[in-house]
Amino acid sequence: MSDDTIRGVGTVTEAFAPYGGRYVPETLVPALDELAEGWRAARGDPAFHVELDRLGREFIGRPTPLTPSDRLVPGRRIYLKREDLCHTGAHKINNAVGQAVLARRLGKTRLVAETGAGQHGVATATVAARFGFECTVYMGAEDMRRQRPNVERMELLGAEVRAVEFGTRTLKEAVSEAIRDWIANVADTHYLIGSCVGPEPYPELVGELQAVIGREARDQMLESAGRLPDVVVACVGGGSNAIGLFSAFLDDEDVRLVGVESEGAASLASGRPAVLHGARSSVLADDDGQVIDAHSVAAGLDYPGVGPAHARLRDQGRVQYVTATDVEAVRAFGLLARREGILPALEPAHALARAIELDDEVVLIGLSGRGDKDLAVVAGRPELDAE
Amino acid sequence: MTKRLAIYLMAGRDVPALAEAAAAGGADIVEIGFPFSDPLADGPVIRRAAEGALADGMRTERCLEVLAEARKRVDVPLIPMTYAALLEAYGYQRFLEDAAAAGATSLIVADLPIDARAELRRVQLVAPTSTDDRIRMAAQSTDGWLYLVSVAGTTGARERLSDQLPDLARRARKLTDLPLLAGFGIATPQHAAAAAALTDGVVVGTRAIEVAEAGGPEELRSFVASLRAGVDGAPALAGERIP
Repeated sequence: MSDDTIRGVGTVTEAFAPYGGRYVPETLVPALDELAEGWRAARGDPAFHVELDRLGREFIGRPTPLTPSDRLVPGRRIYLKREDLCHTGAHKINNAVGQAVLARRLGKTRLVAETGAGQHGVATATVAARFGFECTVYMGAEDMRRQRPNVERMELLGAEVRAVEFGTRTLKEAVSEAIRDWIANVADTHYLIGSCVGPEPYPELVGELQAVIGREARDQMLESAGRLPDVVVACVGGGSNAIGLFSAFLDDEDVRLVGVESEGAASLASGRPAVLHGARSSVLADDDGQVIDAHSVAAGLDYPGVGPAHARLRDQGRVQYVTATDVEAVRAFGLLARREGILPALEPAHALARAIELDDEVVLIGLSGRGDKDLAVVAGRPELDAE
Repeated sequence: MTKRLAIYLMAGRDVPALAEAAAAGGADIVEIGFPFSDPLADGPVIRRAAEGALADGMRTERCLEVLAEARKRVDVPLIPMTYAALLEAYGYQRFLEDAAAAGATSLIVADLPIDARAELRRVQLVAPTSTDDRIRMAAQSTDGWLYLVSVAGTTGARERLSDQLPDLARRARKLTDLPLLAGFGIATPQHAAAAAALTDGVVVGTRAIEVAEAGGPEELRSFVASLRAGVDGAPALAGERIP
């Protein structure tokens, strides 16, 4: 890679300053340069966008609906952006399809990914089947236990699911193992990271691939409600569905943006600047920079880090980050099921829990995935039936 | 030129005794791993050793104390090897100062690419994936020698010496006269001999940690002595089959 290429990517490098960056072993740097260059070329290629639009319509099921929700909170105008209706049941597929097209352009033959709740693993296994890649997915043993149906889906799609049996046995360790696999197989493998985290150019790349959520939702609000929402609410784990939804509203100064973290995994609300998985961001870490375990009923939020874009938006004051507890999320899960006939995933149930308390007149909520995968987790919990 | 032998140990209360044993066995350099909770460059053995060290309280300040204790017992260079997360928390400049005061020579950071933190003087790592431009950049900024990551992968013993090392060593040799030490995947005297025939020396980590955990300083001393014999015999082995 020439110096000019590195400088060309420099605008990306400074996108989230003082967060972001590349804290990776030297082995990976040429692959990240190649990816950044491939991404820049693809972005400037109309054929790439035509292909993504076509795959969005024909394979993912885009545009996803905007559903007015009249019964969830009587008297409030609440709108749900229905990423749960995407193929494979969550917003993760938007990113997986985009990166698969990119990986094919780069000549890669194998995909490696991590997964927490299993939704990103399923999305990656799906695009691997659709595009003909080999596929390996790392998943914490604890997550494999609590998200069993998604493990079976991945295997049916032809992916190899490798259990991560050390540390927290959750998403954090799965990301580390996926990166270690990539280091050892970097020549033929693309690392299909599942959120807007990791070393550059991943945070920006994933954010842009998810921005379709916000573009559609903003147009649909204007069409359906005749106006922009007062507030937009999304759950934040790594933060990809939130950044995708928020991105279309960042310049709408009158629209408040609220990100909802799990209380036990609140990297933004209670983290500090630290380095995890190749980037500097707001991380649950101690005084020595050692990463602290996160805990959430929602496997997809059970992560001690967050995308650098969110750390920056927090510091800028553009997005307000709040938390919801496990109990509040399960209660919101039950409410949406009974009042609207929609089973949300436990991750966006955190966004629902905070959104239903708001006094704003028009509220847009990112419903990032469907809740079928969580039935075993919520079954028998008393708060599920609480009104 | 005499070949060099570097031994990597995980920070711990036994490091002063182990460093002394390594030096007695013929190590020219001792690297001391400052453990991080999420070590992306490390395979299972060093990752587990790091978990154990953290559980035993080996935080940055305690690691520096251990290094200072080792300094009193050996004359060889002691090099902290760690991850950027620890330096971000401790302060890069403060770390350099405190490590020097404890008796450290230089620094290795496993997850800082060559062009990151240019002001942080350290031993640079280059990998089989590194372009010639990046190897040249590493040679210009490195502190005394270049660390050749002999395989695209994480740390850990392997059955065979990497087939990626000869090309990397050849390219690096063309670009710099600095000493080149090969590490990652070098576990036996035979590996050490073969790698040293291509370079100016080797770094052995994972197997040294396993030997030290199982047999303490005495076993480590004798293992290091066997590596020393392998490394010193290297010229005679040049041209022979790589085991």
